[in-house]
Amino acid sequence: VTRIVQLRRGILEKNDEYAASLRARFTSAGVTVSNWVSSPGTGKTALLEAVLVAAGDRGVAAGALVGDCATDNDARRLARSGAPVRQIVTESMCHLEADMVGKHLDDVDLAGLDLLVIENVGNLVCPTAYDLGEDLRVALLSVTEGEDKPAKYPALFHSADVVVITKMDIADAVEWDRPAAVAALTAVNPTAPVLFTSARTGAGVDELLDLLRSTRPREAS
Amino acid sequence: VHELSVAHALVTAVLSAVADTAEPVAEVHVQVGALCGVVPAALEFAYDVACAGTPLAGSRLVVEHRPAVVHCAACDADAVVPGALVLVCPTCGTATGDVRAGRELDVTHVVLHDAPVGVGA
Repeated sequence: VTRIVQLRRGILEKNDEYAASLRARFTSAGVTVSNWVSSPGTGKTALLEAVLVAAGDRGVAAGALVGDCATDNDARRLARSGAPVRQIVTESMCHLEADMVGKHLDDVDLAGLDLLVIENVGNLVCPTAYDLGEDLRVALLSVTEGEDKPAKYPALFHSADVVVITKMDIADAVEWDRPAAVAALTAVNPTAPVLFTSARTGAGVDELLDLLRSTRPREAS
Repeated sequence: VHELSVAHALVTAVLSAVADTAEPVAEVHVQVGALCGVVPAALEFAYDVACAGTPLAGSRLVVEHRPAVVHCAACDADAVVPGALVLVCPTCGTATGDVRAGRELDVTHVVLHDAPVGVGA
C-alpha cells in the first residue's frame, strides 16, 4: 500500500521561525540589524571597523557580531573601536544560522544599541538561504574580485538589499571596470542601491552609516 | 557545503511530520528554486548522510528543480528566466526585480510504503 502525505512546508522552517523571533526582539529593542555577506577577503572587517569608529564619532550606538570558522581575531580587532563586539566561532561551519546569533546576544544590551551588524562567515553561497532576523542584507564586493562575480554567485547577490563595493582606493590600480560590475549587479538585482567605499580613505563610510541608520527595524511578520 | 545543514533540517522536518505514521517513508519530495542557493546534487548526497541512523535511512530524495520566474511590467506577463540567472524579461529585455518564483526550498510531500508481507519484525 502506498500513501502520500502532503507537507508543504519550508525545509528551513525552524530557522525561519527562530529568525522571526529574533526580528521581533530586535524590533522591540529598536535596533536596526544588518547581515553582511561576502567572499573571504572582501574587506568586511576593515569596513566594519571604519563604520564602528564613524558611529562612535557621531554618537550612534553600534555593536557587532562576527562569524568565523575559527579564532576571535576579528572580535579583538573590532573591539578597539570601543563598540560591543561578540565573536561567533562556527567550528568550520560555512554560514551563520539564526539560533547561533540568538545564543550570542544574551549578554548584549540590545535596547542600548541603534545598530547591530552581523558579519557572516566569508562565503558567497551558503549564507543565502538563512534568515538571521536582519532588517537589511548587505552584500559586499571588492574591486579585486572580478566584475562578473555577481553573475557567478547570482542567488546571494539577488538576495541583497544593499550592495557595497569595497577597496575603491585601489580601483584604478587594478583596472576595475565600474560599468561592467554595476551591469553584472543590476542583471541579478535591479533594485538594490550600490555604495562605493574604501575603509582606508573613509570614502562612502558615512553614506553607509546613514543608510543603516535610516532603515527602520522591520515590523515582525 | 551548507547542503548538509539543509539536509539535517529536512530530515528533522520530515520525521516530525510523520511521527504518528506506522509505514516507512519511501520517498521525500522537495522543491529547490534556482534562487535559493542550494545545489540539488549536493543536497541529494547530503540527504543520504543526514538520513543515516534515522527512520528515513534508505528513503529516496526526489528533487524538483524550480526555475526563476519574473514578472515583466512592460509585457504585463510572467516569464521563466532561462539558464544563467539574469533577471531580465526574456521577451523584451527589460530588467525586473519582480520575482514570482524560484526562491522555493520546500518539502512538498512524502510517499509511504507499507512493508511487504513477511518482511520486518
